[in-house]
Amino acid sequence: MAQTTFLEAVRQALFEEMERDPAVVCIGEDIGVYGGAFKVTAGLLERFGWERVIDTPISETAIIGAACGMSYLGLRPVCELQFVDFIACCFNQLTNFVAKSYYLWGAPVPMVVRAPSGGGVHGGPFHSQNPEMYFAHTPGLKVVYPSTPYDAKGLMKSAIRDNNPVLFFEHKALYRRIKDELPEGDYTVPIGKAVVRRQGHDLTIATYAAMAHTSMEAAAELAKEGIEAEVVDLRTIQPLDMDTVLASIKKTNRLLVAHEDTRFGGVAGEIAAVVFEKAFDDLDAPVRRITALDTPVPYSPPLEEHFLPQVKDVVQAARELARY
Amino acid sequence: MATPSNPPITREQQLDLYRYMLLDRIVEDTMTKLFRQNKIVGGLYASLGQEAISVGTAYALEKRDWIAPMIRNIGGLLVKGVRPRDIFTQHMAKYTSPTQGKDGTSHFGDLKDLHIVSPISMLGDLIPVMTGVAMAGRYLGQNIVALTWIGDGGTSTGAFHEGVNLAAQQRAPLVLVIENNQWAYSTPVARQVPITDLADRAKAYGVRAFIVDGNDVEAVFAVARECVALCRAGEGPVIIEAKTMRMRGHAQHDAAEYVPKDMFEFWKKRDPIDTYEKKLAGAGVLTEKKKAEILAGINAVIEQDRAFAEESPFPPAELAESPVYCDGPLPIEPQWKRPVAEVKPPRSGVKPEWKVGGNGEFHRDAREGAGEAAGARHAAPVRPESAKPANGGAKTAARRSSKSAVTVRGRK
Repeated sequence: MAQTTFLEAVRQALFEEMERDPAVVCIGEDIGVYGGAFKVTAGLLERFGWERVIDTPISETAIIGAACGMSYLGLRPVCELQFVDFIACCFNQLTNFVAKSYYLWGAPVPMVVRAPSGGGVHGGPFHSQNPEMYFAHTPGLKVVYPSTPYDAKGLMKSAIRDNNPVLFFEHKALYRRIKDELPEGDYTVPIGKAVVRRQGHDLTIATYAAMAHTSMEAAAELAKEGIEAEVVDLRTIQPLDMDTVLASIKKTNRLLVAHEDTRFGGVAGEIAAVVFEKAFDDLDAPVRRITALDTPVPYSPPLEEHFLPQVKDVVQAARELARY
Repeated sequence: MATPSNPPITREQQLDLYRYMLLDRIVEDTMTKLFRQNKIVGGLYASLGQEAISVGTAYALEKRDWIAPMIRNIGGLLVKGVRPRDIFTQHMAKYTSPTQGKDGTSHFGDLKDLHIVSPISMLGDLIPVMTGVAMAGRYLGQNIVALTWIGDGGTSTGAFHEGVNLAAQQRAPLVLVIENNQWAYSTPVARQVPITDLADRAKAYGVRAFIVDGNDVEAVFAVARECVALCRAGEGPVIIEAKTMRMRGHAQHDAAEYVPKDMFEFWKKRDPIDTYEKKLAGAGVLTEKKKAEILAGINAVIEQDRAFAEESPFPPAELAESPVYCDGPLPIEPQWKRPVAEVKPPRSGVKPEWKVGGNGEFHRDAREGAGEAAGARHAAPVRPESAKPANGGAKTAARRSSKSAVTVRGRK
């Protein structure tokens, strides 16, 4: 069967949802004629026209604001930010306008903000970030961060059909590197459900996005030493599926959280806190964190490699944890 | 002056404008009293002296149109159909308020019936949002107009720029009313921006603009009606700069001692309600009997609604845990007023390419060609005293605007 890239999977979801529902429109910079900075929206304009594939000026605040306004009339806009780093430009519009709308005055905002994210491609400090926690910390926003083409397509469909604002992170290092066989026809992946990628009994590695692949590689290494890691791919950061993590810990009694985001205030800290509150008695060892450094993402390859968590880092931490 | 989209004002309309301005003032006077009795738990912002702008602009809209208020647009809310009790309960943080006490001031909306978008406290953010409302209305074929207000201070925000520029690029049916009340908190407009007329900014966006005496409710209504007609005809967006004066401090806590006393005196004589009352009385539209009747009607509602608000309970504490996510259906599904087939393949398909006129060479014609391809439009922004069309294409609009724009009173 044909293999589909992560990038193509996102595009398929957009195509199919736009075919299915005329309320779905796309809005962003260079998404129409050019097809998007990463070509995710290539072909959409040709099929759906100017009214549904809207090229905007370089104005992230206007993109998010306009999408919010559209959603009030029942449309389901999908915004593209060229790089998620630029989400800082529309922080106010997202966290104060969009996120608070439903709680404060009962106006849901069914919109998606999709953006290429993450490092490892030498994008430098302003094209490599993982700013998911600013938004996971903001009540009212959902944050999705898939690791596979299958999940990307299914979660994108769920995000578009969701009646809430969903930030959809697309790790750019996965766009063309990761391929899946996708099923024929319509399917969705629920927002807020983690998945166990690999069964194991010695420790749990909770992770997401590109680090899910790093963790799977690490688990393969560890297996050679007789350490069986269970890998939990969170897939969604907000709402966070702690049930799956806690169920896994019940089995393994050890937890390592691995993410590409920086350390302080990363989701690992939140997961660790919940585990200490709810599953302290299940633990045989302290929770370990493998994260990026608390610095900007540096540009030069040796610096970036040092900044990002590597397979060896996960292996070493897991090894120590298993032997604790 | 009357034009096809601006027929002469009727007596009913005149009395409506008067009634709404008076209602606005009495609602706000009542809230000032409530504030002094410590019954308003947060801040209270007054639109004293600016009532003609909110009322005159909102009155130019139809029921299907959308507004988004700022803090000094209580008048616009009342015109759109909000009840005084909603404004009282909202300020008093009561359980019966539109947000059940979750927010205060004019921070509430109604998607379904009144078509009101709630503001946030950050200035400028409503402009992109209302641009989106306008774009969605056009996409759905509803032929609606979106209208929002911004102060002189708010025009300095980045969101203002992004919003107006997007609206212009999209030719969105948006009316943006700049209420130049001359004070951004404590800073006079001359110390915020180096220009006299904020409407001049419209030129840089390729947007039509009008300047109007914000204390003359009929002038405001006339220019707003013109702008609404332009938007409905696909000629949006349009900016109105309404010149006025903020007759109180930024909010109740602010005694506005930084405002020169003469300035208050000068503008007090130009109070929009007093002057309009005299005008209507002089024209025989507002008799003493009619005036008493209007006042009695307003006072009856105010008394009832104030009592309702005062008797209303605070929300139960657990209400703070209200959901932040919507798990139910949307309050409104898209209301299509055009054949949906138009936006679906194969009819929606286009050739994905830009047209750039004149190879992008930098003379006027080439620039206009490029503008058209990008979905933008060059229009001559028109000022009352310099109503000269900048090019052939904008001639009609220029002529039309010169008629409807109103000379500014109280300007040296």
